[in-house]
Amino acid sequence: MFSDLIIIAIILAAASGLPGLCLPRRTVWGQRIAAAMMSSSSILGLVGASLVLGVGQSRVLSFPWPAMGNSIIGIDGLSAFFLVPIFFMGGLGSIYGIGYWPQLRHPRTGRKLQLFWGLLTAGMMLLVISKHAIAFLLGWEVMALSAFFLVATEDHKAQCRQASWIYIIATHIGTLTLFALFVLWRWATGSYDLKPVAGDVIGIGVLNVLFFLSLIAFGLKAGVMPFHFWLPGAHASAPSHVSAMLSGIVLKMGIYGLVRFLSLLPDPPSMWGGLILLLGAISGLLGVVFAIGQHDLKRLLAYHSVENIGIILMGLGLAMLGRSAGQPEWIVLGMAGCLLHTWNHSIFKSLLFLSAGSGVHSVRTRHIDSLGGLAKTMPWTAAMFVIGAVAICGLPPLNGFVSELFVYLGLLGTMKSDGVMGSAVVIVVPVLAMIGALAVACFVKVFGAVFLGTPRTLAATCAHESPMTMRVPMIVLAASCAIIGLAPVLLIPILDNVIAGWMIEPNSSIMSIGSVAPLKMISFIWAALIIVVLLLAAVVKLRNRVVSRVGTWDCGYAYSTSRIQYTASSFAQIIVTMFRWVLRPRMHLPHIEGLFPKPAQMSSHVDDLILDRTITPASDKFAKWFGWFHRFQQGITQQYVLYILITVILMMSTMIPFREFIARLFAR
Amino acid sequence: MTDTIIHIFLLLTLPPLLLGVINKTKALFAGRKGPPVLQLYYDIIKLMRKGMVLSRTTTWVFIAGPVVTLAAVVLAGMLIPIGQFDAPIAFAGDLIFFAYLFGLARFFTTAAALDTGSSFEGMGAAREVTFACLSEPALFFALLVLAKISGSLKLTTMLHSSTSAFSVAMAAPLVLVSIGLFIVLLTETCRIPVDDPNTHLELTMIHEVMVLDHSGPLFGIILYSAAMKLFVLGTVLLHIITPFQMNRMWLNWPLFIVEILGLAIVIGVVESVMARLRMRHIPYLLVSALLFCGFSFILLMRYYK
Repeated sequence: MFSDLIIIAIILAAASGLPGLCLPRRTVWGQRIAAAMMSSSSILGLVGASLVLGVGQSRVLSFPWPAMGNSIIGIDGLSAFFLVPIFFMGGLGSIYGIGYWPQLRHPRTGRKLQLFWGLLTAGMMLLVISKHAIAFLLGWEVMALSAFFLVATEDHKAQCRQASWIYIIATHIGTLTLFALFVLWRWATGSYDLKPVAGDVIGIGVLNVLFFLSLIAFGLKAGVMPFHFWLPGAHASAPSHVSAMLSGIVLKMGIYGLVRFLSLLPDPPSMWGGLILLLGAISGLLGVVFAIGQHDLKRLLAYHSVENIGIILMGLGLAMLGRSAGQPEWIVLGMAGCLLHTWNHSIFKSLLFLSAGSGVHSVRTRHIDSLGGLAKTMPWTAAMFVIGAVAICGLPPLNGFVSELFVYLGLLGTMKSDGVMGSAVVIVVPVLAMIGALAVACFVKVFGAVFLGTPRTLAATCAHESPMTMRVPMIVLAASCAIIGLAPVLLIPILDNVIAGWMIEPNSSIMSIGSVAPLKMISFIWAALIIVVLLLAAVVKLRNRVVSRVGTWDCGYAYSTSRIQYTASSFAQIIVTMFRWVLRPRMHLPHIEGLFPKPAQMSSHVDDLILDRTITPASDKFAKWFGWFHRFQQGITQQYVLYILITVILMMSTMIPFREFIARLFAR
Repeated sequence: MTDTIIHIFLLLTLPPLLLGVINKTKALFAGRKGPPVLQLYYDIIKLMRKGMVLSRTTTWVFIAGPVVTLAAVVLAGMLIPIGQFDAPIAFAGDLIFFAYLFGLARFFTTAAALDTGSSFEGMGAAREVTFACLSEPALFFALLVLAKISGSLKLTTMLHSSTSAFSVAMAAPLVLVSIGLFIVLLTETCRIPVDDPNTHLELTMIHEVMVLDHSGPLFGIILYSAAMKLFVLGTVLLHIITPFQMNRMWLNWPLFIVEILGLAIVIGVVESVMARLRMRHIPYLLVSALLFCGFSFILLMRYYK
């Protein structure tokens, strides 16, 4: 039953853009039909996935596929868990698109966007439910290519084209690595089926190679720190609901691949978990530090995805260490943190991108220092953004706290075990605390600069609240943040079910996440917090005798303008200076001289560590080296004919019997 | 039950007294008579009866700042044990709740500061969030040390461990942790040498400059929650530096009050004999707090190995 629902949902999603293609450009109906199909697809799919998660069923469907053996589609707890955000965001995003990217205003790009939006979600769904390497690759490529076309929606802008080229190169490096991975998998296990293998089938050397290949392939998709270089540009250039999908959901397919593939490999050495944990800590810390240096609202949010992927990997690394060390508590807490943070990040990051998009839609700039004061003109958007910001910082009482709590508890729990491993792992705890504090700094900066204070430009003054089609998806996402944050008890059966399916070691006793984390206390304490806040607010309201509303005092300065506000760049400046050893900000300081200096300006920019500082200079070097070959390529046809002649003579010269010739020479 | 009531009573009434004692100590050092010890109570009562002046720039965030901060600090105060008594709310993992409640308070305080659109308040907010990036890991290192000593993730057990599970090998780590925590305390409560609560030179301040535009009841709430934050963090520190216990259980309450007033005097002395650091030197101080707590953790690891 549920598998039928999910398959119908996939077909509906894949076909959602087609009616629009048959309709004329200047009609709203194509977009409305697409949104209706996507919404019904997501409702059907959510019902199907919740049946799997709630009841704990799983099912395997087999289709004949002559060239490849039987292609197998299987829906188990882990697949259903990752299907939920895809369905959720697929429907909400297409509704948001009606307001954000209306067909009438974008006749040239609207239909393309709808078509590839449907294909992207369908590709991801296929990849999540496939139990066969080739079907997996099929879903992976549909996802990767549709994402390319979505990033390149505004392909008349050079910046968009460049971002999408970088994206497609990066994603294909990942796909090539996946080819290698699956070929090796086939060689080692004898089939393309993605099934757990027994401990003695594969040697440790091959296991290690499989692990590293999967780490590179899926890490590229997930945007883990050294492999994140394609991410900020691509996520910033796409339309906002596409950015939400890319950041919130598509990155998670990398996490899904890693989680799924690691569940197939037996007896992981502790080096794997340690490496994942280390990569997680690096991604988390550097992701948030680079985010603080950004001036572009959506680039900043994109770097925060790198940070959150880091937190997810910390959970996964801990769970892998738990498998190596045979500690069920580490596995349960680490995996619960990894999985729940995957959901949470897809919710609050989508919420943040949608509400940022709502601001960008109204002011038409992504530059943080050109915005300001939007909370007055766009109260709904501001409220939604602040909910997303509190959630992404891991602050109570929203959902980010719950998953970070799991990771914290798991990491702290390692102290109970004697031995070096526990004390080494626990060092990550202060790093996680630092990530949290830096995230607070970053989101206070963004929220303050974009939504608070006074508008910095004329466009920001004329901002207006977004239409209902854009507000409703944001409200749904914000409500989900609150529900998960306040009542995490609801998730106990779901998480237990998925974690039990993920553990392949038969000897490990299964614990419930409810027994190792104080989930009931979460609801109790945050309910108390909200009651105290409301009480205090009531007290302030009762005493609320506003004597007068005046201009900001500003220490007595009477003519304060928006230009003397603290900018986002100044706000971040101390942290950027503190981390200048890795950020290496480029500063253009003003040159002021003479008694009556000319107008001057200063600017600062934080380049990406990998793309702008490593890959681009390296490829420029390569281009220079290969430039040497230009002297052979002058565009003169006679010269090319000469090359052919020389080549043919060289080839013929191999037929000359040199040896015989020399022998005769010396024989004489 | 009685203990819980006394806990809540002390938490709600005692904090302003600490600032009175600090100010009295500073006045004595300066050879002044100083304001009465109860001055902050009078101030808060006066402010609560006044009206508010609001800036035209502000939104609901401006009011949410003080309100959320006070709620978070009160709740954090319920999670820590006072003296030898258990905390009213105690469960495994409450240390994360404790730390993150302060994070929530920081988010809304700084957002409320930015809501005014004033450059001074922006500076204060920027400094507050930046210095927290260093003091937060230091706090977590300290909590790690206590968790390792006590073998528990419950704040009540962790903080009582310096009394109950003490051994000579833990002396050195605990000394380092208490130095680190003292610096964190001074930072988080904005005392000299990190911040000067008395000055109104806006360019050089952290906390006071963030609340320039708050007035009336909102400012009263801010003063009260700042005092309570000092009380809560001071209570945490006292568990480590004064692991004393009376024979009669009820005598521990007066003992605690004497201890926390003593801590206030110490802070007053530190404020009197030190100058405020230059703004760009504060990160060095915080990094040293981080190192103190980090090294104490490493020392402890050596012991448990």
